[in-house]
Amino acid sequence: MAAIWAGDIMRNHEFRIMKKVGLLQIFLSFAKVGALTFGGGYAMLPLLQKEAVERHNWLTDNDISDYYALAQCSPGLIAVNMAVYIAYPLRGLAGVVAAALGVIAPSVLIILLLATLLQTLSHIELITHAFAAIRAAVAVLVIQAVYRLYKNGIVDTPTQIIFILTLIAGVLNIISPVLMILIAAFSGIIIQIIKKRKAGDGQ
Amino acid sequence: MIYALLFWEFLKIGLFAVGGGLAALPFLYNLSDHYNWFNYHELIDMIAVAESTPGPLGINMATYIGFKVAGVGGSLVASLSLILPSIAITTIICTMLKRFRESKQVQWAFYGLRPAVAGLIGAIALSLLQIAIFKENFRFGAAVDIKALLLSLLLLPAVFKLKQHPIVYIALAALVGIIFKF
Repeated sequence: MAAIWAGDIMRNHEFRIMKKVGLLQIFLSFAKVGALTFGGGYAMLPLLQKEAVERHNWLTDNDISDYYALAQCSPGLIAVNMAVYIAYPLRGLAGVVAAALGVIAPSVLIILLLATLLQTLSHIELITHAFAAIRAAVAVLVIQAVYRLYKNGIVDTPTQIIFILTLIAGVLNIISPVLMILIAAFSGIIIQIIKKRKAGDGQ
Repeated sequence: MIYALLFWEFLKIGLFAVGGGLAALPFLYNLSDHYNWFNYHELIDMIAVAESTPGPLGINMATYIGFKVAGVGGSLVASLSLILPSIAITTIICTMLKRFRESKQVQWAFYGLRPAVAGLIGAIALSLLQIAIFKENFRFGAAVDIKALLLSLLLLPAVFKLKQHPIVYIALAALVGIIFKF
């Protein structure tokens, strides 16, 4: 089975993963991402790019973007869905469980710790100050993550237009993200069909 | 049986809340109406705590509610049942994705999806920046938080040029926030 998965990865990605990735490695990598993700699933992106793309070469920036689109439309938590999409090609179901447990373990531990001390802790001034500054850092990190996705995803004028339209729609918050992703997928197919037609007419 | 009830309720949320942690909110309001586990006020407190602690929002909320209702066991039951549908459904999608991802139509769909994901997260990035830099919700004349603005302007070139692990910037920001009283 492992050989089949490895074969798939080799076809899917530019790089080669010859060695079987350890389950503990998967668990720890995702625990790290879970522990450092402040905010929703989008805040994971810079961390996933660093851990899974740059450090371990498990996948590419484009794969991350594709999985994010799928994770948004699949039921459940985006973070857990992302963990599943990334871990499945590495180690199948065992990898999926390791990654999902890894990504939630730090949260569960921290909240349990906080819940026992909550009344006092949530009002400590130091923590408020720290989080106000962390929010600025997370914003900047997400901007850089978007820049990477932009570089990979925007390849011509139609993709440029899709980017600008979704950015505007997102800022104005007029369409649900799930609907936007469905529309974008559909538009991608239509645009490609039109392109093929035009190329056919030209000959 | 309180564990079975927690399991069932959070399994439902995990199955039907599409689009991340905040999508679970309407379900949690519903829970609050049905059981005497927590009231609206506590729910808002929970959101604040969940937003300011690391990790997926939904897990933070499930752990907290589970703990409140049935202690440590309750928190484990709630958080595990919340992720169970994600794991099951997404794994099934994965097995099919392997087959479909190389098909032409799926490639075309991703051609449209990639810029959309960049745009959607770009919009989130802008709203994050706005929350970090403006003291109140954005409107004309809203007070700009000079310290946060300066920190963002300093971090921006650093993040693009230095390419350190994100933890470096998060830890650095936390330190700066404490020292300069953000």
